[in-house]
Amino acid sequence: MSLEYSNQLLGYRRPDGKVGVRNHVLILPTITCATQAAKQITELVQGTVSFIHQHGCAQVGEDYDQTFRTYVGMGLNPNVYGVVVLGLGCETHQARSVAGEIAKSGKPVEVVSIQDNGGTLMTIAQGAKVAAKMVQDASAQRREPFDFSELIVGTECGGSDACSGLSANPAVGVVSDLVVEAGGTAILAETTELIGAEHLLAKRAVNDQVAKRVYEVIDQMENRAILMGVDIRTGNPSPGNIEGGLSSLEEKSLGASNKSGTTPLHELINYAEPPTQKGLVWMDTPGHDIEQLTGMVAGGAQVVLFTSGRGTPTGSPIAPVIKISTNTAMFENMGDNMDLNAGTIIEGKETIGEVGHRIFEEIREVSSGKMTKSEILKQHDFGIWRIGPTF
Amino acid sequence: MGTQYKTVMMKPSDNVAIALMDLPQGTVVPVACEGHVQEVQLVQDIRFGHKFAVKPIAKGAEILKYGEIIGRASSEIGMGEHVHVHNLEGIRGRGDKVESRVQ
Repeated sequence: MSLEYSNQLLGYRRPDGKVGVRNHVLILPTITCATQAAKQITELVQGTVSFIHQHGCAQVGEDYDQTFRTYVGMGLNPNVYGVVVLGLGCETHQARSVAGEIAKSGKPVEVVSIQDNGGTLMTIAQGAKVAAKMVQDASAQRREPFDFSELIVGTECGGSDACSGLSANPAVGVVSDLVVEAGGTAILAETTELIGAEHLLAKRAVNDQVAKRVYEVIDQMENRAILMGVDIRTGNPSPGNIEGGLSSLEEKSLGASNKSGTTPLHELINYAEPPTQKGLVWMDTPGHDIEQLTGMVAGGAQVVLFTSGRGTPTGSPIAPVIKISTNTAMFENMGDNMDLNAGTIIEGKETIGEVGHRIFEEIREVSSGKMTKSEILKQHDFGIWRIGPTF
Repeated sequence: MGTQYKTVMMKPSDNVAIALMDLPQGTVVPVACEGHVQEVQLVQDIRFGHKFAVKPIAKGAEILKYGEIIGRASSEIGMGEHVHVHNLEGIRGRGDKVESRVQ
């Protein structure tokens, strides 16, 4: 079997040329007031997904922009076939503006507003009607071959323990290297959990400008804790991390940074922004699992690798999340939620490289249609990193 | 014969190692890393995933794992003692220490 063939994946080609590994119709509420109607539409129409959130109004400046970018990014993610943007009507984050940005990709987009449609029930009916048409059109599309160079793989760790830095994170580092070697993109994120390891990543930056940005985003994140007058350890590492043996944020970070593998760091992008380079990129996100996951998916990640030592149900409404256990005891205890076990490294049964290759194989399977545990359990988590107050 | 006590030390310059299984107080455990080999008698029970000192660490000294700084000793730590939040303090993100830093 040739290497070309073994690198082949099966996905859905979009009008903008990108490739999705899923074919969802997304009901996208731009305002918290529309989330319940959106949820009702997903109950009525098979093949639709949505998410609950509390944002979209009385936001200003950079905080407004970041939330707006996140909504648009969710719609633009290639795993989404088409989008029904649901608004109330009077909110700051106008459904029409979000829809206009998503429509530039050429994918089907419809807008439904509660105030324009005479209330909740008519909105649900109208939303379900346009969604049903979109789902049928989506179902007529077939998967076609693509390769790793068109894949953006997000990497993340949550509920870490002392094994994270010994087993699953180094194994994900091997995968990150394999994805980059195959011409694809790997996202490293969670800036908070790189505090104390930034010097190692700055050394790998492709140029001085990227290295400078590494120190800038680390300083900004650390200063948020300093301005609050608190020890960052009161929130990170979390009580579960500490129970698992991690004693400081620096210790956690040095384990977390292993996920980045060994390749050069090509760019540093803002939260929910799409990478402009192939290879390893760093997205500036907090360590909060769901906010980080949402940022990477809104930035275009079609698949996410998520390592955990304590165990977590985390998933995304639109992207498969492959969850990897750092230890065998947790993998056996939380089999409902965890997809792969890297605890075999601790037991001396497999090497870091062997587990890395096993995860890489799983990306191929999942990208071509195999469902992950969090998808099967409808774990549709969504959370935006807010960077300003609500007014 | 006997139990195989499993530990890991990431870099020879480290002053802590990690228990890869629950290790009982009083046991003498092997610690090895890139040619560095020693034995450590554990002063306390060390749970799976937790750290113990492989040499005495003075109060205020840096604590090293992965060959990198993970914090500072907030009290004297003897060889074989559990190293965790009670005797290791983080150096980064210390908003609680800002006033003393400014003065």
